Amino acid sequence: MKIGVVTFPGSLDDADAVRAVRHAGAEAVSLWHGDGDLRGVDAVVLPGGFSYGDYLRCGAIARFAPVMAEVIDAAGRGMPVLGICNGFQILCESHLLPGALIRNDHRKFGCLDQRLRIENNRTAWTSQYDEGAEITIVLKNGEGSFVADAETLDRLEGEGRVVARYLGNPNGSLRDIAGVTNEAGNVVGLMPHPEHAIEDLCGPGVDGIGFFTSVLHALV
Amino acid sequence: MARVVVDVMPKPEILDPQGKAVQGALPRLGFTGVTDVRQGKRFELELDGEITDERIAEVRRMAQTLLSNPVIEDFSVSVL
Repeated sequence: MKIGVVTFPGSLDDADAVRAVRHAGAEAVSLWHGDGDLRGVDAVVLPGGFSYGDYLRCGAIARFAPVMAEVIDAAGRGMPVLGICNGFQILCESHLLPGALIRNDHRKFGCLDQRLRIENNRTAWTSQYDEGAEITIVLKNGEGSFVADAETLDRLEGEGRVVARYLGNPNGSLRDIAGVTNEAGNVVGLMPHPEHAIEDLCGPGVDGIGFFTSVLHALV
Repeated sequence: MARVVVDVMPKPEILDPQGKAVQGALPRLGFTGVTDVRQGKRFELELDGEITDERIAEVRRMAQTLLSNPVIEDFSVSVL
């Protein structure tokens, strides 16, 4: 089982994502933004950070990186793709997920242990959680406020495509949305960072590892 | 050579925290009577050759594809 982790110029959390993939029991494959192929991976993680310095808009430049043409193509064929933080922003800019992430309503960078509720455990990345499970993982962003028009939000809720909600809204995200999925459930975007919560030694616990073990079950 | 300007603004219904921060700063500096501030982006594109309808249409495609995110922003194109 090979899971690719893309490094863009300005990615920060690619090393932790690689580590989480290995910790879950998969082989991690480092992918570079300029790559023209996905090196035979079975799934892809787009990690957090500030790709291309967040120039223009978060994720707007990364969305056109050569590797993203391959990721978008593979996602359309059902390959599991998880975008965390900046990765979520890239997935929205790529139109693989609806909505957008704008600056936190309180205008400050937030860095905290955040409680979430898993609302959809039928995606490729959340099957190892119980529906309604409450977990604590790290949240750290300046532009993490999820927005979409009311019609889109209604559709996401109606179709069960809200993957996780904040318990205590940290950034002004509409309807407390922390993560969403596409119609097929293979593409998930999540603002908080499960890769920082996989071991007791550091971080707020091990609640995040389920995202990485879930995809192994999805790929069996 | 011609200069085409693309102005990008957050949609009216989208919260604009940066605009709010500027609006909050103005009265602290003694500037009063400003009831709202919205902050956007201005792109100045230098184009070679003549400005034609086709060129303007291409600039609009640039604005839709890269310069703005239609989910949260509106844009307008003008020729200087």
